[in-house]
Amino acid sequence: MGKEYVMGNAAIALGALAAGVNVATGYPGTPSSEIIEALEKYAFGKLRYGKGESKSFHLEWSVNEKAALEVAAGAAYAGARTLVTMKQVGLNVASDPLMSLAYVGVKGGMVVVVADDPGPISSQTEQDTRIFAYYSRLPVFDPSSPEEAYVMIQDAFDYSEKYNTPVLFRPTTRICHAYAPIAVEEDLKPKEYEGFVKDSKRWVIFPKLSFMNHEMIEKRNPLIGEDFSSYSGNTVTGEGKKAIFTSGISYAYVREYTKDREDVRVCRIATPYPFPETFALKCLKGVEEALCVEELSPFLESELQRLAGVHHLKVRILGKMTGNGRLAGENTADGTASLVQEFLGEENSKENVDSRDMPRLPVRPPVLCAGCPHRASFYAVKKACAGRKAYFCGDIGCYTLGNAMPLDMADTCLCMGAGITMAQGLHWTDEEAVSFAFVGDSTFFASGLTGVANAIYNEADIILCVLDNSTTAMTGHQPHPGTGRNMMGHIVEKIDIAKVLEGLGVQRIMTVNPLDLNEAVAAVQECMTLPGVKAMIFKSPCIAVSKTESRMRIFEQCIGCKKCIREIGCPAIIVREDRVTIDEGMCTGCGLCAQVCPVGAIGGDADE
Amino acid sequence: MNRDILLCGVGGQGTVLASKLIAAAAMSSGYTVHSAETIGMAQRGGSVTSHVRIGDRAYSPLIPEGNADVILAFEPAEAVRNLTLLKKNGVVIVNRVPVKPVTESLQDTGYDGSRMIEYLQSKCAGLVVVDAEKICGELGSSRYFNVAILGVAVGRGQIGLSAEAVLREIEAKVPEKYRQMNQKAFYLGKRIGDTYAAQ
Repeated sequence: MGKEYVMGNAAIALGALAAGVNVATGYPGTPSSEIIEALEKYAFGKLRYGKGESKSFHLEWSVNEKAALEVAAGAAYAGARTLVTMKQVGLNVASDPLMSLAYVGVKGGMVVVVADDPGPISSQTEQDTRIFAYYSRLPVFDPSSPEEAYVMIQDAFDYSEKYNTPVLFRPTTRICHAYAPIAVEEDLKPKEYEGFVKDSKRWVIFPKLSFMNHEMIEKRNPLIGEDFSSYSGNTVTGEGKKAIFTSGISYAYVREYTKDREDVRVCRIATPYPFPETFALKCLKGVEEALCVEELSPFLESELQRLAGVHHLKVRILGKMTGNGRLAGENTADGTASLVQEFLGEENSKENVDSRDMPRLPVRPPVLCAGCPHRASFYAVKKACAGRKAYFCGDIGCYTLGNAMPLDMADTCLCMGAGITMAQGLHWTDEEAVSFAFVGDSTFFASGLTGVANAIYNEADIILCVLDNSTTAMTGHQPHPGTGRNMMGHIVEKIDIAKVLEGLGVQRIMTVNPLDLNEAVAAVQECMTLPGVKAMIFKSPCIAVSKTESRMRIFEQCIGCKKCIREIGCPAIIVREDRVTIDEGMCTGCGLCAQVCPVGAIGGDADE
Repeated sequence: MNRDILLCGVGGQGTVLASKLIAAAAMSSGYTVHSAETIGMAQRGGSVTSHVRIGDRAYSPLIPEGNADVILAFEPAEAVRNLTLLKKNGVVIVNRVPVKPVTESLQDTGYDGSRMIEYLQSKCAGLVVVDAEKICGELGSSRYFNVAILGVAVGRGQIGLSAEAVLREIEAKVPEKYRQMNQKAFYLGKRIGDTYAAQ
């Protein structure tokens, strides 16, 4: 099939297919989401992967990361090769099954791809999955380019089966979202496997098994470290008394500066845990100073410090702990170049534009799209609450952007599903105020249900607002249990959110179209008069999923009061040469602005 | 050939398609190519960049400072924001028409892009200012501006790729419904670029 120009995430997917993956599961999360999407595209598209084979291929968006990992664990017990994908905070959700699975182990190869997001660019935390690998005693691979990720994920499956353990695979945003040419092989087949063999001594976790396996793991891991010392991904180039230890995307930044120089020793650690000690000791031979260039935690630095201590090496280890590098935020090619220059005692020879006299630039914080139904939902609740004390608990998704001015409708946002439970906590501190929880449809299925059950059981008084736009919008419009389509390409029964809430015991459930402002405000006001757990389902599709042709225009009678801009902050409404105008390219004709205008100066073609 | 090309603009302006066309044209012309773009949360109305790196000596997915041979800016302030990436004597091709963020409309700071163009003129000898409104007026839609500005860059001779190579990718990558308009936009841009190249 030749080379295809693909995103790092697609390279990971293609690598998994080349490894004969049988079951792949995941939950969307930037920067990992495109792995499952690429599997769908290639496996069911061009490659016809698993068609006509005795072992087929199963692909799913699971409802959350914990479910994804458990589905894969079952299949891995049967000997299937499994891939699980998530972002780094998703690993927190999946950590319960993963920690136990680390003790039990697997039969078929299992690779858990956890995409870290240094920056963070679109995440709540900057946690470092290499530390999680150490904590869970699981091997971890750290690729430094899409090309390498393609090869390395295949190796990861082999190591997983060799040691009967799940392995972690940790790309970062810059690897996941970089594009590179990857050779796509044809005639790929899912791996043959034995099937589940009952053996309760192996597959049922009990304290005794955990103790025995813990001992086994602690004896085994140094052997894996030794094995990794000859792994092809751990490389050393160049000579010198100064060495640079690096990993992941930072290796690419170090190479960007050193290119193919032979006078700098560059040691790349692709398998940070279990640490390849023999390899590192070889790299340190004759070295007087070593600089560690890595993102997030000083992981390599700690390992080298430990190694130098144990082996009484006369080497100075530099890194984040010695002030050479930042502990927070992502590395850059330029920041890395400065660090390396300083370490090597070289001059900065860069010639770029002197930007110290740069004019003030407009700031562009992310905003809800023009026509986004969430804007209307938030505005309806805001109008309904005018004059009442209220708390607005947000959640993870596009609707986190409801915090921006002028809406200012997210007082809290913590993690997936937390809005529903945090609203209960706020309620117990202030029963006079109205506590609202906003949750998206995908987040509702991922981790909202337990919070609703908790509220009903513990008699909390909250208003749950489900912002149902029929997709997982923020991560790129993935389907979920409420959309009626799954990743096997099947049309399935939609799980009805209203029925779920009814089943849980929510007494008052109102479904409204948020774009009908008066109706929506009236419904919220009615909910505010009722005790207990109430639910509003604001139902209107994401504008990126459901395209419209209609547009709003501003008529002659506009008095230029700018109420539309001040109240709803739609990016399609712009002041140009002192006149309020609507950008036709952006407007979707949702009509919220027309309902806000005090003089009826906004409307569609029919209103003229 | 080694060539670093930065495309920058505001979410929704079509920088991604333009960068994909460049990368595909470079690949089909026999070059190694890498690229990276900002996606995800930053996409919604935020500043977006696409970094295209042609040649086999590019290791970082993002272009380091002082390395870009050319900046294709779909919005004036975005050109200024990314100007430190430009190589000495590099070329900037910029759209004169600003995109006002909501925050500017709320506070009305009077941002209209003109200060940005003046600043670019003071910093960059190889500046090409194009007018998206004028170009798109001829095309009847703002949708094709991304391909038009790509045409300007090809005409100006900054991408290191032939017009034929880019047109082949338009043929291959753009849905049939929009293909003819994109080809027209490309030629329109290329004519503008040609006049600068001749100067």
